[in-house]
Amino acid sequence: MGKAKIATTSLAGCFGCHMSLLDIDERILELIELVDFDKSPIDDIKTFSGRCLVGLVEGGCCNEENVEVLKSFREHCEILISFGDCAIMGGIPAMRNTIPLQECLDEAYINGPTVYNPSGEVPNDPEIPLLLNRVYPAHEVVRIDYHLPGCPPPADTIWEALVALLSNKPLDLPYELIKYD
Amino acid sequence: MSQDHELERSVRAICQAHDRDAGRLLDIVRQVQVREGQVSGAALDLIAEELGQQRVEVEGVVSFYAFFSEEPQGRIVIRLCGDVIDRMQGAERVGKVLEDELGIRFGETTEDGLISLEWTACIGMSDQAPAALVGNVIVTQLATDAARDLVRELRKHGDPQRLVRTFGDGNNAHERVRAMVVNNIRQAGPVILAEMEKGSAIRKSVALSPAEVVRAVKTARLRGRGGAGFPTGMKWQFTRTAEGDTRYIICNADEGEPGTFKDRVILTERPHLLFEGMTIAGYAIGAEKGILYLRAEYAYLRSMLEEVLDTRREKGLLGAHICGKEGFAFDIRIQLGAGAYICGEETALISSAEGLRGDPKNRPPFPAQKGYKGCPSSVNNVETLCCVARIMDNGAGWFAQLGSECSSGTKLFSVSGDCRSPGIYELPFGTTLGELLELVGAGDAVGVQVGGPSGKMVGPADFDREFCFDDLATGGSIMVFGPERDLLEVASGFMDFFIDESCGYCTPCRVGNVLLKERLDKVRAGLADASDLDYLERLGETVRTASRCGLGQTSPNPILSTLENFRPLYEARLKSPDESLLATFDIQGALEESRGITGRDSLHFRREDGRQNSQEKGATA
Repeated sequence: MGKAKIATTSLAGCFGCHMSLLDIDERILELIELVDFDKSPIDDIKTFSGRCLVGLVEGGCCNEENVEVLKSFREHCEILISFGDCAIMGGIPAMRNTIPLQECLDEAYINGPTVYNPSGEVPNDPEIPLLLNRVYPAHEVVRIDYHLPGCPPPADTIWEALVALLSNKPLDLPYELIKYD
Repeated sequence: MSQDHELERSVRAICQAHDRDAGRLLDIVRQVQVREGQVSGAALDLIAEELGQQRVEVEGVVSFYAFFSEEPQGRIVIRLCGDVIDRMQGAERVGKVLEDELGIRFGETTEDGLISLEWTACIGMSDQAPAALVGNVIVTQLATDAARDLVRELRKHGDPQRLVRTFGDGNNAHERVRAMVVNNIRQAGPVILAEMEKGSAIRKSVALSPAEVVRAVKTARLRGRGGAGFPTGMKWQFTRTAEGDTRYIICNADEGEPGTFKDRVILTERPHLLFEGMTIAGYAIGAEKGILYLRAEYAYLRSMLEEVLDTRREKGLLGAHICGKEGFAFDIRIQLGAGAYICGEETALISSAEGLRGDPKNRPPFPAQKGYKGCPSSVNNVETLCCVARIMDNGAGWFAQLGSECSSGTKLFSVSGDCRSPGIYELPFGTTLGELLELVGAGDAVGVQVGGPSGKMVGPADFDREFCFDDLATGGSIMVFGPERDLLEVASGFMDFFIDESCGYCTPCRVGNVLLKERLDKVRAGLADASDLDYLERLGETVRTASRCGLGQTSPNPILSTLENFRPLYEARLKSPDESLLATFDIQGALEESRGITGRDSLHFRREDGRQNSQEKGATA
């Protein structure tokens, strides 16, 4: 039996959760003893090569591309984990949820105090994914099996969770790892 | 400048008329509101200064109650009752007509400053809905054409009282009431709605010792009629024996539970019985002062009630040496509320009577130990106190043999909704729900809300259950829903009510009810799956467990009881779970706005193949 496969993605997030994943430092060598990375920014594999055991999702969904990726994660992964606050509740990107979409675009491309945009055009290339009306946390879009909170979740939390999952042991996080103030 | 002086003079005069007593803040603010049409920032400062309070304390009170406003309101405020029953009878159509005719929306005031339009919670007229409060005047059975005439007339003469052409029956036609309200007494019983000679019960009571009166109430096995059913004799015993020099008896006439209007009828037709009961209660617990906390919606009854109190003072039934009993002095004052459902909760009611925001207090200490102004107080329901008077007049044994084994006496039911004869029914405990439905002409009822929104929705399976404290307990509100009603819409309407009326102190109630209502509406929109029902149950349980007062502890009931008794209604609207995108996630809806802004369609989720997900699934399977 081959090693379990793990996939990761950053949707509407800042990649901070992935940085935290890299913060497991040299333990990443232990990790690749346990798993192979499939689709992930860590190895830059763009498409799924097959079914994976675990999918780690950073960020919520702010555009249709995010939804499409998240959908394919759900279809390819046995266990899907929202890691970090953006995936779990929308986070910083969801601050736009109370503001109409048009106003957001106008502020970003036309009216914002630091905007330099003489043409006054809002980018609208056919390749640009459509924005959703608001930012959705991952579990409102697909079924999510586990949530790892934190902004970002500490490396040790991610490590402990993955090890517990891969070795089929109960997860026992010390208080320090799930305390956020 | 002169306007400022005018305001200052009138506000100071109002405060002085109330002896600058901060405990009367509600009355002071009410008078300022009536006089000025608002309680402005300047008025807040003046009141605070006069009473020696912080401005924020006064502002807190003004912002808490629905009948007070910091913003200017029209000279006449039309408050249309937006309760579920009123909406069933066409309140929304009436509201639309009022908006059109006035040229304003709800929450606004006409430009000439004459009329403001607002929605309000149940005003205790569910048996003659749709109803509205125009100033203090009650307008009932408001049809759309009548609504149009109402506005035109007000514009002409500006006097709400002139809207009343035909007086209702009984004391509704009393010269101090002059209301179009009708009593709708459909069945009178021997306890509340029978006649009684004034003073007879007091005379019999003062012949006994206070302890003997408490014992008689215990022997009668009287339990509180407000809904919770606490044994009245025990409550009095606690109040009587609690430490303190001054004690108070408080009558809770703040019946705000939607669908309840029994107290309205008692206050209209049996005020002597009620005051008699309060006086006896005062004797029993050793109180010299009683407070009738009257909900603002019933302000139209106040003048008559004051007259009744005067009559009783003249006859020696209130005041010093009542009925010739040496050393027994007792008097009653009326405290008018200001439109807050939560004040029906006894500790909130006490806060409100003290001139504070109607915030519930922590228990313990219970009101019996430390209630009004920190003194031992007994808060009793209107109907309970009427029972007391009857028990003392007819005897505890007589009362105890009425009703069922576990619940003695009779109960007033306020019946409204889809039935032929809405109104008041006084029936012995032990009557079944089915018998009541037959009596009111509701043979085809599919659901009955027993005990108002804080009670529960029951279906035909429960129609053979008995009304009593140990089976189907109720404060008296019975709302009947016929086969054409959508019970989930009803539940959603009740949740709106709780969201409005939550005082906001505890997070589970303030936030939880909003989340519950959102999730319920998701089910109603056909966007929910089975996990949402689970969510409703769990969150409902949390709100019920973690809220401080009765409002929050019962607020999830519309959802929890329909989930329990009408689960198929929920299940019929669920979507089946999807393997990829959740059925509850509406991707097409989420993209609609962007399509409009960019003028192009999605790359991944094209509009024309909106069913792409399921087709794709079929293809890959």
